[in-house]
Amino acid sequence: MRRSGQQIEKGAGCVASNTSHGSEGGLALDPMHQFEITRIVPMKFGSIDVSFTNSSLWMVLTVAAVSALLLLGSKRIVPGRLQSVGELIYEFISNMVRDTMGDEGRKFFPFILTLFCFILGSNMLGLFTLPVILHPFTVTSHIIVTFALAAMVWLGATAYGFYKNGLGYLKLFAPSGTPAVMLPLLVPIEIISYLSRPVSLSVRLFANMMAGHTMLKVFAAFVVALGWAGIVPLAVMVGFTGLEFLVAFLQAFIFAILSCMYINDAMHPSH
Amino acid sequence: MPQLITADFLPQLFWLAITFGALYYIISRMAIPKIGDVIEQRHGRIAADVAEASRLKADTEKAIESYEAALAEARANAHTIVSENRAEMTAEINREAAALDERLSKKLAEAEVSIAKTRNAAMAQVSGIAQETTAAIVTELLGKKPTKTAISSAVSSAAKG
Repeated sequence: MRRSGQQIEKGAGCVASNTSHGSEGGLALDPMHQFEITRIVPMKFGSIDVSFTNSSLWMVLTVAAVSALLLLGSKRIVPGRLQSVGELIYEFISNMVRDTMGDEGRKFFPFILTLFCFILGSNMLGLFTLPVILHPFTVTSHIIVTFALAAMVWLGATAYGFYKNGLGYLKLFAPSGTPAVMLPLLVPIEIISYLSRPVSLSVRLFANMMAGHTMLKVFAAFVVALGWAGIVPLAVMVGFTGLEFLVAFLQAFIFAILSCMYINDAMHPSH
Repeated sequence: MPQLITADFLPQLFWLAITFGALYYIISRMAIPKIGDVIEQRHGRIAADVAEASRLKADTEKAIESYEAALAEARANAHTIVSENRAEMTAEINREAAALDERLSKKLAEAEVSIAKTRNAAMAQVSGIAQETTAAIVTELLGKKPTKTAISSAVSSAAKG
């Protein structure tokens, strides 16, 4: 339940929202408040709203962090720490692309690497917080963002499938070796599963991110509300935060590897 | 739920497109060539080092091989020299033995010749003594001296026996 005071601050930027929020205290904290979009710089492009929001800010921060991680590393034969992290990510995705799509899929490597880095970066950055200065926000906790990413992959893979195989791409819906009797049953199932791909892909990421952050916020409210006994939910939060880091990585990995598989389906429709 | 406020969709999509595009550009144009180069370079370096190591190993093996060949040759040489020496020595021994044999047999023959000479001389004297003794005995028995021819024929027939 939000009060009218919080409604007003919606347009006031994240700094103001943080301080005024702290004064509310205790259980009055709304665990969903962290997902609110606040317009930092309202902008219009014709009649289209293209305001620079806190979400945009974290997207830019994600790009900056990922770029720094990948570009600032040294170029030595024996890598330093930062260089090692960059190479680790590079080789991890490189191997994943090779394993799922073979050498043919090499041209999608930059895209998959970007996808993985963007999702991993925003998942991870959402877990850090700079109190007062910057309200934490997870870009991927918004269904519209994850759905846009999933739709991009799905539409791209579908278009590429038809471009590469023509109508032969429809063979994807009738796996070879299926008895003709089974086809009326199997083809609709395959089509439904194909159509649900972008939905499952986006909802999986969005729900994981939102659930984790909501849970952390709820426990944080308990810490404040319980006084000295708050040490118990605090301990739970510490463990949970560790788990959230795992989830942040895992969801980025799942998103990337499923994208690889969908693109691989587009290249080789007959299973 | 803030995620369902449709008015917030467009700004998010707009900035998602911009930031994702920017990240794609940065990664595909800058990060991948940079990191790929380093990894490539490292693989090249490792491959070169491994090649160098195997080259050195081959060199070592060649050196060992030539060392062993030299060793075997030296051993064979030594063997040849030993057997040559042995043959030479055997030949010399044989030669000396033969020379000694020859000398000894010559001496033996000489000795035999002188023995035969001495014996003949002795035998000749024996026949003279026998004739004289016979002449003396016959003279004592018969009182008259026999003729020389009769005595010598008698002695020689007796000696023949």
